[in-house]
Amino acid sequence: MAVHASDYPPPFVASQFVAEPTDPVDERIEVGVLIVGAGPAGLACAIRLGQLLEEHPEVADRLGDVPVAVVEKGKQPGSHLVSGAVINPRAFHRLFKGRYRLEDLPSYGPVHGEAVYVLARRNSLRIPPPPTMRNHGNWIFSLSQLARWLAERAEEGGAMILPETSAVTLLVSHGRVVGIRTGDKGRGRDGEPMGNYEPGADLVAKVTVLAEGTQGHLTGVALDRFGLGGSEPQVWELGVKEVWRVPRPLRSVVHTMGWPLRTRARYREFGGSFIYPMGDEMLTIGMVVGLDYRDVELSPHDLLQELKTHPKIAKLLQGGERIGWGAKTIPSGGFHALPQRLHAPGLLLCGDGVGMVNVPRLKGIHYAIESGRLAAESAFASLQRGATPATSLASYDAAVRESFIYRDLEEVRDMRQVFGRGFFVGGALASAMTVSKGRLEIGKLRAEPDAEQPLIRTGRAATYPAADGKLTFDKLSSVFLSGNKTRDDQPSHIRVAQKVHRDVADLWVHMCPAQVYEVGPSDGDETVTVQVSPSNCVQCGAITAKGGRLTPPEGGSGPEYTLT
Amino acid sequence: MRVLVFLEHHGAELQKGSLGVLAKAATLSDADVAAVLVGGGVSALAAEAGSNGAGTVYVAEDDSLEPPLPQPRVDVLARVVRDGGYETVLFANSVLAADVAAGLAARLEAGLNWDLVDIESRNGALVGKRPALQDSILVEVGWKAEPRLALFRAGSFDLPQGTGATPRIENVPVELEDFSQSAKVVSQEQEESSGPSIEDADIIVAGGRGLGAPESFTLAEELARALGGAVGATRAVVDAGWYPYAAQIGQTGKVVSPKLYVALGISGAIQHKVGMQSSNVIVAINKDPNAPIFEFSDLGVVGDVHEVVPKLTELVKQRKSA
Amino acid sequence: MKIAVCVKHVPEGSSRIDPGSKRLDRSGEGALNHFDANALEEALRLKADSETEVVAVSLGPAKAADSLRKALAMGADRALLVSDDAAAGSDLVATSKLLAKALERESADLILFGQQASDSDGAVLWAAVAERLRRPVVSQAAELSLHDGTLKVKRQTEFGYDVIEAALPAVVAVSDAINEPRYPSLKGIMGAKKKPFDTLSLDDLGVDTAEAGEAGSKTEVLALSDPPSRGDALKIEDDGGAAQAIVDFLAEKRLL
Repeated sequence: MAVHASDYPPPFVASQFVAEPTDPVDERIEVGVLIVGAGPAGLACAIRLGQLLEEHPEVADRLGDVPVAVVEKGKQPGSHLVSGAVINPRAFHRLFKGRYRLEDLPSYGPVHGEAVYVLARRNSLRIPPPPTMRNHGNWIFSLSQLARWLAERAEEGGAMILPETSAVTLLVSHGRVVGIRTGDKGRGRDGEPMGNYEPGADLVAKVTVLAEGTQGHLTGVALDRFGLGGSEPQVWELGVKEVWRVPRPLRSVVHTMGWPLRTRARYREFGGSFIYPMGDEMLTIGMVVGLDYRDVELSPHDLLQELKTHPKIAKLLQGGERIGWGAKTIPSGGFHALPQRLHAPGLLLCGDGVGMVNVPRLKGIHYAIESGRLAAESAFASLQRGATPATSLASYDAAVRESFIYRDLEEVRDMRQVFGRGFFVGGALASAMTVSKGRLEIGKLRAEPDAEQPLIRTGRAATYPAADGKLTFDKLSSVFLSGNKTRDDQPSHIRVAQKVHRDVADLWVHMCPAQVYEVGPSDGDETVTVQVSPSNCVQCGAITAKGGRLTPPEGGSGPEYTLT
Repeated sequence: MRVLVFLEHHGAELQKGSLGVLAKAATLSDADVAAVLVGGGVSALAAEAGSNGAGTVYVAEDDSLEPPLPQPRVDVLARVVRDGGYETVLFANSVLAADVAAGLAARLEAGLNWDLVDIESRNGALVGKRPALQDSILVEVGWKAEPRLALFRAGSFDLPQGTGATPRIENVPVELEDFSQSAKVVSQEQEESSGPSIEDADIIVAGGRGLGAPESFTLAEELARALGGAVGATRAVVDAGWYPYAAQIGQTGKVVSPKLYVALGISGAIQHKVGMQSSNVIVAINKDPNAPIFEFSDLGVVGDVHEVVPKLTELVKQRKSA
Repeated sequence: MKIAVCVKHVPEGSSRIDPGSKRLDRSGEGALNHFDANALEEALRLKADSETEVVAVSLGPAKAADSLRKALAMGADRALLVSDDAAAGSDLVATSKLLAKALERESADLILFGQQASDSDGAVLWAAVAERLRRPVVSQAAELSLHDGTLKVKRQTEFGYDVIEAALPAVVAVSDAINEPRYPSLKGIMGAKKKPFDTLSLDDLGVDTAEAGEAGSKTEVLALSDPPSRGDALKIEDDGGAAQAIVDFLAEKRLL
């Protein structure tokens, strides 16, 4: 009998995170437009709103003291952002309309060259970049750094950014989203208020924009509350990456496929690696693996360590020093997993939170920015005198449908599912689909939720390299490098079943890049208790894909990424 | 070089830290070393200061000076420095000495380097050495003018051998500023030693997951008691509920630098390491020969804590009662 | 009554010393020195009992404004930043001089400091500032109360506690055992933007650039090096004799 992570659902009920405002009316904090998440989508929304409100002061006047507020659960914008990143600049042009040129943004310059390799344990085969992987015209960024820059622009435009603030409850009144409730601070491990306990607050707004990124907590809650799910379940990949200072610059953007992932369909290991130059002195290297993998011992963090031992890659890193590490999930269900509607009364949904990612091209940031921009326009329209909010917010869906976001995602709609059949079969089909610009119909392949994959065991863990502290590193020292200093004695933010089949426990132990899970005592049969160290968590979101549920910890907790 | 050392006392005893600094001063080339004692009944301690290296001992004696307040001492030292032409003043760190050194630095517009672990004469100049960034780096510091003030980390120097020389004793007329007399000690409480707190402890015995079960923490407690130290814990065991959060040592717990740190069943993950890596001496006992802690301990024992620690505790007790 | 709280913006995360300037690399992210949060919290508790103004004061680069804003968000009424490029690299003599000048303008009844700065591990600034202001100073305050213009402090020492009284105006450095700093409320964070924030240069303070920065400092950093290695680390296996070996080792190191 196959075991699945989904056999042990987490103790999580989405409806418990929807409520009416409870603070007395005069204590509620009122803002005009509330944006949750200071990532590229949220900040683009704030920037565009700033532009519109500057042109229309009469609208700004009616929004009170704080026309635009952005809440961010990380220490500051960028603290929780991890990406490659090679960004398609078209969204910047549309957002800034010449006010800022690409050169004004904190980038590592345009892509100069491109190389794609298929790796085997000891050698590599260079192949011409598949059509989806051509990056000419794109620019290299650290997403974390970019967010800090975007946050400054947003503030200049009048937005108020509120870091260290988590959005825990969706405030809904008379069927309409009226804001969010922020998380409490100063609770002890068992939830008891401590000496410096500070309760959360009701933040109410005329329009709420959720731009929480992958596994967005309130986004998930809203999709459930308003029945907005897509035709396919969402699925995810887990990316783990490092930033290195290197003595010899890397000149090209590199992608690899194949080793250390296994190509046979039964393993269902979809993914690859990326190596991007960051100027002359640094580079970033990352491993991305679909979370629909089946081997309980697969560890994306350790796959990255293994990848670095490949002779071609070790050579790149020789004489260098690891200076950054991070991990985060990427929604990969594509077109079919997009929600059927991106709005609800009082609510707009943007970016990775709803899965706007083009997996074959490994691109999503420009969609996030464009969706944030379009959300701003609809939100603004709804605030005009005489506007019908319902119609205005619905215009957001129409705008997204007409945008390049929709067009691009539709073109590659079946590509991800195809790789589930194995790398070689997948590769051929994927190329065929690209060449035909998506017109090749291969029949709808049903995607299964990652947690429903049957689990197998192959002894994979025995082949991971031991950490040598120079080229390869263990998980705990990596968590340390992420800047994670989370307060230990706060309530656990991770919801998982406590007693699970040994296979599921091992699955989580290996999956988690931050060593949050450990196998505890066995119950005699095949069930074990799972031990959780929530303060290690870097909030990558993998657990939500594989049978558990991540909720926001106390604001300010988690990693403090700067270069990822 | 005329060097003045601030000697601290508690009751009828000279503090070991400042005696160590006195001994160090005596080794500096061409040093003419003097000590200063401020308090009530301190003249009785002058002889001991002499036999530990001070050629001259300045005594500012008055019962009103006995309370451990810094500002009257600044007044006294400023006078001695000016009248005696001392261009170097050394202090051993303590709650009192830090305030005195800093106040004196401002009074004399003199440079103060603190947290020093060593000092040497080099080409006629004085160079101090101090660790920085959680002891991950060593910094050499200097003074651009005189007088030069230095505050040394507690316990930096060994106690002097004792030369047995009789010092010249000079009584210092005491003239205090108004503001130096404003603070008054109303009462004092000596702390009952129920064991030192982790932050102040010279010796810490810490337990980790390798202890196996919460009951095994008694091993750590008994060893700590025998050694006269405090008990610490890693985040892993605190998370598991084996020991209270107040005892947690590490990145998100307390950062300590005792003279001796005994790590029982602790792997040495970096989150723990940054909380104790600047301990003077680290002894680790762990079953796993590849535990990272062995990379930064002075004595590593690969063994079972349940076998080694009870024997160790017994031997320590025997030795202490001998 | 007016309480001034001195706060420092310190580097966060893995710090490094810039080999060129031999100073702490402050270019990365910074945060309010967490020991100063205790001082702020104490000021805010004293404020709760009467008509008191709490002013947060900092000497630092422009970025130090972030820490001052956090102080305002916690509840301070006003912020004062002394910022001037010429002040970078100031040692204790120069820093205490600049800070004292700024505090003189404020004429606060009580000046509070945190117990140390996490970036320099220095526990010396308040005594130097108190000397310049000619005020009584009490450090390591584990408890603090005010009564009719008199300060009562329970000061933690190596031996126990001293209870010390002094008349205001006075300078106190609080220990981190004194309280648990509050989290700024959302209202507090949002309200902070509206509170008065002044910035002063050396010129505004009437201080010559020769008295600040490296020029005004009496100490200097000469060189950086790796710390001496721990020496020969011993590693032994227990064959029944480990306990004795440990005792011998400790005795040799004079720890027993």
